[in-house]
Amino acid sequence: MKYVIIGNSAAGVGCIEGIRQVDREGEITVISNEPYHTYSRPLISYLLYGKTDEQKMKYRPDDFYEKNNVNFIYGNVTKIDSTAKTVEYETSILVYDKLLVATGSRAFVPPFAGLDGVAERYTFMSLNDAKALEQAISQDKRVLIVGAGLIGLKCAEGIAARVKSVTVADLADRILPSILDEQGAGIVQRHIESKGIKFKLSANITRFEGNTAILDGGDAIDFDILVLAVGVRPNTALLGGIADIDKGIIVNEKSETSAENIYAAGDCTQTIDASSGKSKIMALLPNAYMQGEIAGLNMAGFTSTLKPRFIPMNAIGFFGLHIITAGGCQLTIDNGQLTINKSDNYRRFFVDNGVLRGYILIGNVEKAGIYTSLIREQIPLVHIDFELLKEKPGLMAFSREDRAKKLTI
Amino acid sequence: MINYLYPLYEIVRNYDRCIACRVCERQCANEVHEYICDADKVVCDDSKCVNCHRCVALCPTRALKIVKSGNTYRENANWSCKTIDEIYKQAGSGGVLLSGMGNPEKYPVYFDKILLNASQVTNPPIDPLREPMETKVSLGAKPKAVERDENGRIINNLPPQIKLSMPLMFSAMSYGSISYNAHESLARAACELGILYNTGEGGLHEDFYQYGNNTIVQVASGRFGVHTGYLNASAAIEIKMGQGAKPGIGGHLPGTKIVGDIAKTRMIPEGSDAISPAPHHDIYSIEDLRQLVYSLKEATGYKKPVIVKIAAVHNITAIASGIARSGADMIAIDGFRGGTGAAPTRIRDNVGIPIELALAGVDKRLRDEGIRDNVSIVVGGSIRSSSDVVKAVALGADSVYIASAALIAMGCHLCRNCHGGKCNWGIATQIPELVKRLNPDLGYKRLVNLLTAWEHEIKEMMGLMGINSIESLKGNRLMLRGVGLSDRELEILGIKYAGS
Amino acid sequence: MKRVYVNEQWCLGCRLCEYYCAFAGIGGADMARTLKGVKINPRICVEENNGISFAVSCRHCEEPLCVKSCITGALTVNSDGGVIVVDKSRCVGCYTCILSCPYGAVSPSDDGVIQKCELCVKTVSGVPACVQGCPNNAIVFEERCVAL
Repeated sequence: MKYVIIGNSAAGVGCIEGIRQVDREGEITVISNEPYHTYSRPLISYLLYGKTDEQKMKYRPDDFYEKNNVNFIYGNVTKIDSTAKTVEYETSILVYDKLLVATGSRAFVPPFAGLDGVAERYTFMSLNDAKALEQAISQDKRVLIVGAGLIGLKCAEGIAARVKSVTVADLADRILPSILDEQGAGIVQRHIESKGIKFKLSANITRFEGNTAILDGGDAIDFDILVLAVGVRPNTALLGGIADIDKGIIVNEKSETSAENIYAAGDCTQTIDASSGKSKIMALLPNAYMQGEIAGLNMAGFTSTLKPRFIPMNAIGFFGLHIITAGGCQLTIDNGQLTINKSDNYRRFFVDNGVLRGYILIGNVEKAGIYTSLIREQIPLVHIDFELLKEKPGLMAFSREDRAKKLTI
Repeated sequence: MINYLYPLYEIVRNYDRCIACRVCERQCANEVHEYICDADKVVCDDSKCVNCHRCVALCPTRALKIVKSGNTYRENANWSCKTIDEIYKQAGSGGVLLSGMGNPEKYPVYFDKILLNASQVTNPPIDPLREPMETKVSLGAKPKAVERDENGRIINNLPPQIKLSMPLMFSAMSYGSISYNAHESLARAACELGILYNTGEGGLHEDFYQYGNNTIVQVASGRFGVHTGYLNASAAIEIKMGQGAKPGIGGHLPGTKIVGDIAKTRMIPEGSDAISPAPHHDIYSIEDLRQLVYSLKEATGYKKPVIVKIAAVHNITAIASGIARSGADMIAIDGFRGGTGAAPTRIRDNVGIPIELALAGVDKRLRDEGIRDNVSIVVGGSIRSSSDVVKAVALGADSVYIASAALIAMGCHLCRNCHGGKCNWGIATQIPELVKRLNPDLGYKRLVNLLTAWEHEIKEMMGLMGINSIESLKGNRLMLRGVGLSDRELEILGIKYAGS
Repeated sequence: MKRVYVNEQWCLGCRLCEYYCAFAGIGGADMARTLKGVKINPRICVEENNGISFAVSCRHCEEPLCVKSCITGALTVNSDGGVIVVDKSRCVGCYTCILSCPYGAVSPSDDGVIQKCELCVKTVSGVPACVQGCPNNAIVFEERCVAL
């Protein structure tokens, strides 16, 4: 059996580990357009922050490929031929029996006028991005980050101490709009501001004039370095015309695409969000790994008993303030919202039809996974003491029988 | 009002070792310990302490000890501190003084004045590690003679017996006076050890019918929990006429303890006091007793031996003689140091006689009257060790009963506050949070351990006396010598003075 | 594999497991010296409410969500026994494991990363400290068939 994996990040690693749980012999080839040992993308901000280094960033130990008997190829895949079952890269062709597309996503760069005139311009997605940015920054540089999402803010945290100033601008009226509500965003924003980072929200950048961003309404932001963290787009092009693609590559619960013998996993895919039942892109490392693992198991012929239930979820922290969110935290669910707000510890729960759909925790995030499991498993709240759980997450909120089941296996 | 009483014990906390983990606070049902948040410190109120050692035993850093209070009244050989305190208590409460466990006063312990013989030169000892030692006993009336039918075949005329792997049983403690978990521990240990335990007058919880072959069911003056199924579930039936800790009085389990399964098991309404009368109201003579013995035998098809339990009192020998003629298969005698869940202090401490003297007297009298084989003799009332067992057997007992030692094995620290109902060790309590402190998996194992150890020791002692069967030790007073005893005491015990 | 199992029927809520865990985590010869004045942050936690109590620590799941979710690879299943261990030097304290663990058995550590039970079986008795310290067998260390 010949397995080919395009992509060397979490989904690819998950796939390798999935395959090797079943098939110790099959030939696995990984092709990556990055010349690195597999590394953890979310750690690039920690690299700049100094909390990790290139060695520790490795997602798996140095002997990972060796131990799993994986051929690693540094190359850029240009074409997949699903009929011939081949993958073309640079000058060579690889034959596969089973293929995993784990091409991830790329930074979205909006077509700002005058962008070409910005000399120091970066995105913040890959180790190369981080290295380039690291070369550029110094204590006398002013940095403008466009995008107050997870990537932009982690970047801000990572470089804050190493530059003269950081300004984060976003079109939205609040930070982290994809995961936080207004109140929560306010708490986090104030915390980040207290560390010296400036925000320009509801800021519509119309154009760049050299190292100045001109906003709608005439305001201007001067900077030395520009980081564009506006959003990401899935890399789906390789499967264009081969498999069904919506926003991302559509995969089922076995991580199969619509094309035979081709699987996809990670940020390039879209799949069912168990918290809402809708198909969407959930570009998150844990999901990528698990999708990859399921793909690997299935590629190796193992009918996985794992019931993948993916939900949007994020654990993130800025300057010591921790945030955990999961499920549908967008304010689309209005009925039965529940909020608890206690000084620094902000908690908000989104309940719909008697099940927890989402939650936001800021500050004290202990035992958050218990809430996550309620969303993931769609456990009816009538079966548990949700009032207790909201105050104090724990297994105490479950019935004695359910608890015994959880604790005796 | 002035509180005349000063705490008897003081808790000494070594603050260098106390890490304020608060386990003492959490584990003290008497609420002695309290964590003071501001000071990050645990403090204690000695006046509530019963010296049960729960906190001491659980303290992970050994930061606690309990010492006798140094406070004392003016010395007086006649008016002891204890006597004065008791007067203060009664002057304050107007009530009868209550106590738990056995008589703690300084009466002579005859077992401690009796020494065992050992074989030297002319009669070699036996090594129990190399040679078989028999500790099994069979309790019950023994036929007077072998009977044969017209063909010369032996007729089985053996009355019902109970067989024990060693001459030991757990004596009566009711479900109610002790907890469900304590009961389960005793029942499971009895099963594993091949001995019997005793329900006391609390009925038999339906969960414990499975241990029936190792159960003695008790019929006492209140008749609580007695029905045909109960009687037939057992290995033997015990009629309780009296108890060593409180001879001549009944029992009283307050309504507050008659809850749930306890009420059900005793077959009385929840919340009603369970009052066992002082006498059996249908027994005023040996003839009356005989009626009850045979009623019970009828009810169980003559398959269960019947034990009559009495407290060791002054005319014990005459009473025992009567019981041996009543049709009973066994006599259980409870000495004045026997334990109790609750007894009036004055009665516990002043009524009854020592078991050693009672046993020796009864054994002799029954032998003299030629009725010793009518009954087996079981003695209880503070059998504390394997050597007490050996001495009791040599004084004529077929078996002994232990209870206090069993409770101690399960964690009891003899704080003697059983009547308070807040036993921190989960034994003498019905409060669910306290009951759960005794995990029967551990409790039963400790009982098994204790008696396994005793059995080893009994075999060692038998071996050194050159005896390889416990039956050969029974009534073998030549194996005993007294020290520090008067001629009169030696005569009653039927033993010689050491050196003679 | 042998795991730590709790039985709430016998849990007294005494929290000794937490202290023995903390002691085992910090180390030293004498608990009093190690934990004096220390606010403990144990990897096993007792939940308590209305007279019910039980301890919760890592279940060492067959399909560990924390390991699968770990963004750094700091959480791994120990190859020689299925114990889930954390390499604190690789952990950046993102708390994705806390987000993922359905038992609430992963917690922030005092040194800014995360901590969890790693089955300290290299004790004198060969059983984890919490099991050793439990006065009532409410925490046991044994092999059980995994019910599917």
